[in-house]
Amino acid sequence: MTRPDVEELLRQLAPQALGAVARRTGELADAEDAVQEALAAAALQWPADPPGNPLGWLIAVASRRLVDEYRRTDARRRREELAASWSIHGRPDDGPQADDSLVLLFLCCDDVLSPTLSIPLTLRAVGGLTTREIAAAYLVPETTMAQRISRAKAKLRGRRFELPADPSSRVRPVCEVLYLLFNEGYTSSTGPELSRVDLSGEAIRLTRMLHGQLPDEPDVAGLLALMLLTDARRPARASADGALVPLAQQDRSLWDHELVREGIVLLNTTLAAGRIGEYQLLASVAALHDEARSYDTTRWSEIAKAYAKLESLTGNPMVRLNRAVAVAMVDGAEAGLRLLEGLELHDSHRLHAVRAHLLEETGDLAAASQEYAAAAARTANARERDYLVEQAARTSALCAAAPPDTRVKPAGE
Amino acid sequence: MRYMLLQAYGAVELEDCLPMTEWAPEDVRAHIDFQHLLNAELLDSGELVDAQGLAGPDVAKFVVSDGVNPPRIIDGPYPESKELLAGYRLVDVDSLDRALEIAARSSAAPGPGGAPIRQPIEVRQVLGAPDPEV
Repeated sequence: MTRPDVEELLRQLAPQALGAVARRTGELADAEDAVQEALAAAALQWPADPPGNPLGWLIAVASRRLVDEYRRTDARRRREELAASWSIHGRPDDGPQADDSLVLLFLCCDDVLSPTLSIPLTLRAVGGLTTREIAAAYLVPETTMAQRISRAKAKLRGRRFELPADPSSRVRPVCEVLYLLFNEGYTSSTGPELSRVDLSGEAIRLTRMLHGQLPDEPDVAGLLALMLLTDARRPARASADGALVPLAQQDRSLWDHELVREGIVLLNTTLAAGRIGEYQLLASVAALHDEARSYDTTRWSEIAKAYAKLESLTGNPMVRLNRAVAVAMVDGAEAGLRLLEGLELHDSHRLHAVRAHLLEETGDLAAASQEYAAAAARTANARERDYLVEQAARTSALCAAAPPDTRVKPAGE
Repeated sequence: MRYMLLQAYGAVELEDCLPMTEWAPEDVRAHIDFQHLLNAELLDSGELVDAQGLAGPDVAKFVVSDGVNPPRIIDGPYPESKELLAGYRLVDVDSLDRALEIAARSSAAPGPGGAPIRQPIEVRQVLGAPDPEV
């Protein structure tokens, strides 16, 4: 086996091995440590000496490490030792079980963990990524990420490895973590371009798995549809030199129409099933964009309606921003600007960016340029800042080129 | 050895240099391309450790605390914002001369009309662990 083959195989097997070992010990943290050691050993040995049953090998080695560890630390833990030793001799249900990965996901996305802890733990325990890969994805030193993962595991110590009694009631935090992960991959561009793990792809893979296990959960189906319908536009989202291309200017022929079809089928199924939540509404908006042949022929009034529902559902002021853009497309930029009046979004670069865009539409180039500059000063995303600085420069140049008496339109026009 | 190449916000020696948001759009693009290209070169040569830009001075905050009372948090805007850090490159190079060479390249980044902006780059060696042989 070549080294990349081994790495790929380990990535697939890691969550299964962890599930099997954790199910036997009934606990996540120790099992995770043991499986990490087994993975490290496999990475060294397998290229030269591949085992006949790779998953069995990992489970056996990890279990042996656990037994050693328990013997070393505490004789009172004989019960766990016994449980761990089962796997060495094998039992009828030794194979991975379908819901192991689900139990792992519920544990990793538990409420006691903040997203900065749950996301890395999820990527490692369920996604099978190495600490180094996760650290590179978040541009932090490997030791920092390792520490974060240990803290996450420590917080979960003592938690039983089993499905929650009522999985439906616990789906929400899992969806939130997966959506954050997706967005991290979708917008990340800080620092120099390094080879980074595809976090959005990872989020989609995990959400697909969750949907496969809980096909009737509307939030999960809505979230998966949202991710597919958003990710479909990724090929058109950056120019050849890496600059951001806004939706209005994207080459729609580059969109992944296969993903769009899949997302829309999924969305329609979940919408038909009843309860409409946040993710279904967001997915509906994404679908309306994906179905449109151009920015101008998009069904903006439908999008405005979806955002209005979302705003009353969540009370999130950021939704108002999106709604203002849609309303401006239907009723004109002034109507959009009116919706933004009095909006409390302290230091939000998006508020300034949307205002800049709408002011430009009204022809007030001087104010638009100032708002673009204000947005550029507040964004935390390098690529977005480049874009906003360019927009500020562009509107400022247009303003300077305009005859003096038309530079600023009279108020009220 | 590692050096931090620090760039202050807006402090450039090119006379009458407008803020970047008021440059001609093609000059903005040229400047951004220059920075990306320099990073790509340093990445290729194996000398780039990290390069980051910082969010603007408008959202910078200063914190002072005596460890007992609630901290004093000072918000912008700041009259001396030109002295605030705008970004940095952390490079791992063979010599001080090489760090100075990279700093010089960075200082001559193109501005309005392609003229080098002559931005002062602060070059500071990053302290390492003591030599284990000593």
